[in-house]
Amino acid sequence: MSSHFTFFPDEHKPIEGDTTKMNMMQAINNAMDITLKTDSSAVLFGEDVAFGGVFRCALGLQEKYGNDRVFNTPLCEQGIAGFGIGLATAGATAIAEIQFADYIFPAFDQLVNEAAKCRYRSGGQFDCGGLTVRAPCGAVGHGGLYHSQSPEAFFSHAPGLKVVVPRGPISAKGLLLSCLKERDPCVFLEPKILYRAAAEEVPTASYEIPLGKAQVLKEGDAATLIGWGTQVHVLLEVAQTAQETLGISCEVIDLMSILPWDEETVCNSVKKTGRCLVAHEAPLTSGFGAELAATVQSECFLHLEAPVARVTGWDAPFPHVFEPFYLPDKMRCLSALEKLIHY
Amino acid sequence: MALRSGVSFLRFHALRSSSRLLSTHTRPEVQQNGKKIAEFPGAKAPYVTEMKILNETSYEPIPIYRVLDNNGDVLINSEEPHLDKEVLLNMYRSMVQLNQMDKILYESQRQGRISFYMTNYGEEGMHLGSAAALTPQDLVFAQYREVGVLLYRGMTMTELVNQCYGNHEDPGKGRHMPVHYGSKQHNIVTISSPLATQMPQAVGAAYAFKRTPNNDRCVICYFGEGAASEGDAFAAFNFAATLECPVILFCRNNGYAISTPSSEQYRGDGIAARGPSMGIHTIRVDGTDTLAVYNAVTKAREMALQNKPVLIEAMSYRVGHHSTSDDSTAYRSLEEIQKWTTDENPVQKFRLYLERKGLWNEEAENTLVKDSRNFIVRTMQEAEKKKKPHWKEMFEDVYYDKPFQLQKQMQEMEEHLKKYGEHYPLDSFQKE
Repeated sequence: MSSHFTFFPDEHKPIEGDTTKMNMMQAINNAMDITLKTDSSAVLFGEDVAFGGVFRCALGLQEKYGNDRVFNTPLCEQGIAGFGIGLATAGATAIAEIQFADYIFPAFDQLVNEAAKCRYRSGGQFDCGGLTVRAPCGAVGHGGLYHSQSPEAFFSHAPGLKVVVPRGPISAKGLLLSCLKERDPCVFLEPKILYRAAAEEVPTASYEIPLGKAQVLKEGDAATLIGWGTQVHVLLEVAQTAQETLGISCEVIDLMSILPWDEETVCNSVKKTGRCLVAHEAPLTSGFGAELAATVQSECFLHLEAPVARVTGWDAPFPHVFEPFYLPDKMRCLSALEKLIHY
Repeated sequence: MALRSGVSFLRFHALRSSSRLLSTHTRPEVQQNGKKIAEFPGAKAPYVTEMKILNETSYEPIPIYRVLDNNGDVLINSEEPHLDKEVLLNMYRSMVQLNQMDKILYESQRQGRISFYMTNYGEEGMHLGSAAALTPQDLVFAQYREVGVLLYRGMTMTELVNQCYGNHEDPGKGRHMPVHYGSKQHNIVTISSPLATQMPQAVGAAYAFKRTPNNDRCVICYFGEGAASEGDAFAAFNFAATLECPVILFCRNNGYAISTPSSEQYRGDGIAARGPSMGIHTIRVDGTDTLAVYNAVTKAREMALQNKPVLIEAMSYRVGHHSTSDDSTAYRSLEEIQKWTTDENPVQKFRLYLERKGLWNEEAENTLVKDSRNFIVRTMQEAEKKKKPHWKEMFEDVYYDKPFQLQKQMQEMEEHLKKYGEHYPLDSFQKE
């Protein structure tokens, strides 16, 4: 089954030094390996994690660090989240894996009502910043209703959580290491189609990519294209095609952090280009694009040449055989960009 | 520190003195509980003066009921159910069809013809034993590995294969991943992927049946021992018991939740032990013994119709991989699997039973296997040729009536496809 995007490897490295070719699964494995090695309080757990997890991100880590640090839990997402909050409350670093983001909803109560509000409700006495919940998300070509969802917007509505989505091996390693050191609980959503999609030369040493900061991947002046995760690659291709066919240069931003998000980078870019297109796989209504559009129109109103465009999944559950028609693919983004330019 | 204690002592003393002034009694009058049994709202239980700590060895393990031995011989004649020849043969034919379907569809996934598949090997006895004990009106909430039940209830191989291909004859209209079947006609609620979500739903459905005058329907809910770890499982047990619902909670304990063995899934005496502790009638049965499962579900159905919920834990072994996304040799040995495909094979046991009764023989077996295989291959070839549903089906059934936003989005896609249709696989989908 062919995928709906072309992977654009990162052009520059976050730090100098040795690199190793890794796919995103290996980069995540590497980040967890570093944490387990350097932080003796760190534990990694979830359903089927002992043998490496269904996407193999934890491969070899139980052999390396023992079954008291890398282990299977019973099949219970609310349990995994609550257990992780408890570990973090007691000062440990908890790396919790939810098998699919689609299955994170039993943990919603623990994450939204407990993890997010832990510091606030205790007047700053307690926190569970040591918790990072990892979950594979997004379209994969054949995942259907329950192996394809992108639930970032649900969690973006929970003050106290940090929500992060990497776009490839280099960003995954740096962002995950930041989450693991972060003093607030993090939800780390891994676009599963990228696990094995392509490899990058990933720095071997430990490095962190700051949370709450977006990255401008391509500079341009005609329009600002904003995405995260897999969608970044769709937008990079859109920018490339727009250059070739429309002769325009687009700025492409990877938001990376959904909550809190980098308003400054986004608004500075939109003020420069005057046009903004946001694209995400999750449905349109109350998708995170809505938040971006609202802020952009209030902060950049006088600079805008056209209303903010949103290209997203439709307001329907994620369908199996209709996936090619559901996704905010290259052609839908291009078409929206063209309208944006000729508004 | 000493000063603080002194002050509190003085305060306490003063308090006691003042209360003495107000009351003629120094101690309240209490009624001595003469009975040996405590009457707390939360527990009526005997008082003891010796602390009692219970653990999993405090009780005998819940025994596993069986009717057949591994050679297909009936162990005790009185336990042999009196099933019609046709019923027995139907059960067995469904097993063989199921095996053939699993074999061919699993391979078809390997060849990239369908996107996903899950086999049912090792669990056929639970499927057919339970299905035969129900009426077609009973409502089924399944997990995803109960295809034998679906076949026995009359879902056709063609319907199932069409679902896996997501073509326009798939009753689920191509929206769901393969193996997520459902049939209103056959009282099988469409399967969902999240685990255990169907359990409290099944209990709710049972409650609705209970409120129907002269109710003669029960609900059966299948789930795995892994799913039983979800919060929803506890909710289902508790609701079923407290609201006295006509439901059979049927646990297929096949030893593995993907890679996680039951030894890491729970402690204590399995899922069955949770039944009595929650006030649910419970039976533990050998899931590889079709007749034992039949008897268990027959009995459970009788009780359920008296609004006594029943938990059945059927013990078995998942012989196949979890799914086509899994390679189980990464976490279990071939020898382990072997034992369950030979000695404890439910299909073989049932076949031997039928052979002993003179209902089955080698020739019948060969014909059935051949016919089933041919039929499935043909069905698959036909399913493959059928177009997928019209892309607009993506927007249907989200709501009963399509809201304005969705109408607008569908229109937007329509205009988009008019202009850029060549970039989409429109040829594989039905046209208007």
